[in-house]
Amino acid sequence: MNWKTTAPAIGLALLASTGLARAEGELNIYNWGNYTSPDVIKKFEEKYKVKVTITDYDSNDTALAKVRQGGTGFDIAIPSQTYVPIWIEEGLVQETDPSTMENFKNVAPEWANPEFDPGRKFTVPWAWGTIGVVVNTDAYKGPADSWSIIFNTPDELKGKVNVVPEMGDVMFAAIMYLGGEQCTDDKALLKKVRDMLVAAKPNWVAMEYNTIERMGAGDFKATSDWNGSALRQRLAHPEIHFNYPKEGFGMWSDNVVVLKEAKNVENAKLFQNFIMDPENAAGLSAFHRYANAISGSEKYMPDDMKDAPEVVIPADAKPHGELQKMCSPETQALYTKIWTELQK
Amino acid sequence: MASAQETALSAERQDIRNRWLLSAPALIIILLAAIGPLFIVLIYSFLAAGPYGDVEWKFSTDGWISVFLQRDIFDDTLSFADAHLAIFWRSVKLSIGTTLLTIVFGFPTAYFIATRPERTREMWLFLITIPFWTNLLIRTFAILQIIRNEGIINTLLIKAGFINQPIQILFTDTAIMIGMVYVYLPLMVLPLYASMEKLDFRLVEAGYDLYASRFAVLRRIIFPLVKPGVIAGSILVFIPSLGAYVTPSLLGGGKNMMLGNLIELQFGQGRNWPLGSAISITLMAIVMIALLAYVRNAGSSEVRHG
Repeated sequence: MNWKTTAPAIGLALLASTGLARAEGELNIYNWGNYTSPDVIKKFEEKYKVKVTITDYDSNDTALAKVRQGGTGFDIAIPSQTYVPIWIEEGLVQETDPSTMENFKNVAPEWANPEFDPGRKFTVPWAWGTIGVVVNTDAYKGPADSWSIIFNTPDELKGKVNVVPEMGDVMFAAIMYLGGEQCTDDKALLKKVRDMLVAAKPNWVAMEYNTIERMGAGDFKATSDWNGSALRQRLAHPEIHFNYPKEGFGMWSDNVVVLKEAKNVENAKLFQNFIMDPENAAGLSAFHRYANAISGSEKYMPDDMKDAPEVVIPADAKPHGELQKMCSPETQALYTKIWTELQK
Repeated sequence: MASAQETALSAERQDIRNRWLLSAPALIIILLAAIGPLFIVLIYSFLAAGPYGDVEWKFSTDGWISVFLQRDIFDDTLSFADAHLAIFWRSVKLSIGTTLLTIVFGFPTAYFIATRPERTREMWLFLITIPFWTNLLIRTFAILQIIRNEGIINTLLIKAGFINQPIQILFTDTAIMIGMVYVYLPLMVLPLYASMEKLDFRLVEAGYDLYASRFAVLRRIIFPLVKPGVIAGSILVFIPSLGAYVTPSLLGGGKNMMLGNLIELQFGQGRNWPLGSAISITLMAIVMIALLAYVRNAGSSEVRHG
């Protein structure tokens, strides 16, 4: 490319960029990577003439640490239910009172008044899901609705099991499997948990996040996993199935909050209201592959999700699900020690 | 005579001042970008952990104590933090292994390049630097494709009938070693080549003339002369190996931590920033010790050269 052709190109680029800047407002979203539907964002941009910018994070801890430092320029973040109370307690988010918003009537009753944000004064549901056991039925045909796949691995799966290294999730599962309560600090039980984890580890091949690709390639034949990830795996490989452990499985929910330091508060509120619309919520689900807590979104959901057992919890499994909580710092410190010992 | 001496002295002073002025930008960058953050890490290591990450501005040695000692979770007795020691030891072991293997593979490579005609040497060196063009993450993924159970090596071995079951290489310490050796090999070859290029091959010929065996020539002539290169290469490989994070996470399957992963745990899910800071500084101390040993060694071998 010589200068003659470059100059007009640069001119065009400049024109385009000023065109964008002329949109009526901005909205800066800080969200998990690969989690935000571009189609829904485009619809929001067109409807409200707002330019949306999305920045990725990879863990609740990263997001919390960064927002704590301040000066991020973000208007919206999407922390998990375990972290929401911390964000509220530390004054990082503002009370936008979503319960008074126009679309709030669509929020499913079981998600309208959650323990982590009583009365929904701060948060709007983005997605929720479950953590269970994924098994490749070509490798193992026995019953798989149990954490025993992970903690007491059947012979066919020995050396082929992966565990997603989320400390909180693994501790939750292990405690459930041994009949305890989540966030327990009962030392006698935790000692059993520790011994069980250490004894189970030789049967695991890895502790990795990248399950979709590895299950697909056959490097893993079973793994602990999130339901949306399991759905993607089954759609690509029909022999891979998600199971709800009968000993108790964890549930989580990610929620949209408006930051205290937000510069575009009105746009952020518009966005909170916008995603509680059933069609938009279904649009988000179609991309991130998780359920959305908005009643009436079912009819807009993609066909492969409408009756998917990963998304719609079967009636017999439902009673075993439990929303995961944030454990106290002292309990967390105990868990970190067990976790370090497990991975030494 | 006296005035001439004075002019010489003031010229020297001027010279020193100029040198300081010229190096000021570099010094400022080092101060701000390296020593400043390091100082913050040091301070953090002496603070108390905040309840949900971050630190509380209270003096505390808990971070440092828990690097080396741990209170048993169950009976509250104080003992050596054997989990941390095990992770330290694994990191050191894998790093030493990586360094030795890069010497084994790097030495012949550097020798090969150094003995080519001068015109073609540049081409060979150029080839060595090609891997640097690609991102570390992508190169590590490439290794993963080669060693996975359904990867190239296992498929070939099975097709050729040597094995029936794929060999589990991926997600083992061996996989971490393969990855690190591959990634850090150029860092060994380049300094080795630099010192071999200066090698006077007439000395090698002289050795042969005096009926030295090939091995004796290697051990008594070549190796002592390129020793500074070996040491420089070892340092360049050993230090990044010790702090390696991407390679162990991807190829090791995250089952067994190395120091980098342990530090990450404390700043992430573990929410113990002071401990994370203290481990980071301990890691730096190990590196410092290795560097000091290098300076000593290099110094003494320099003397022998003279």
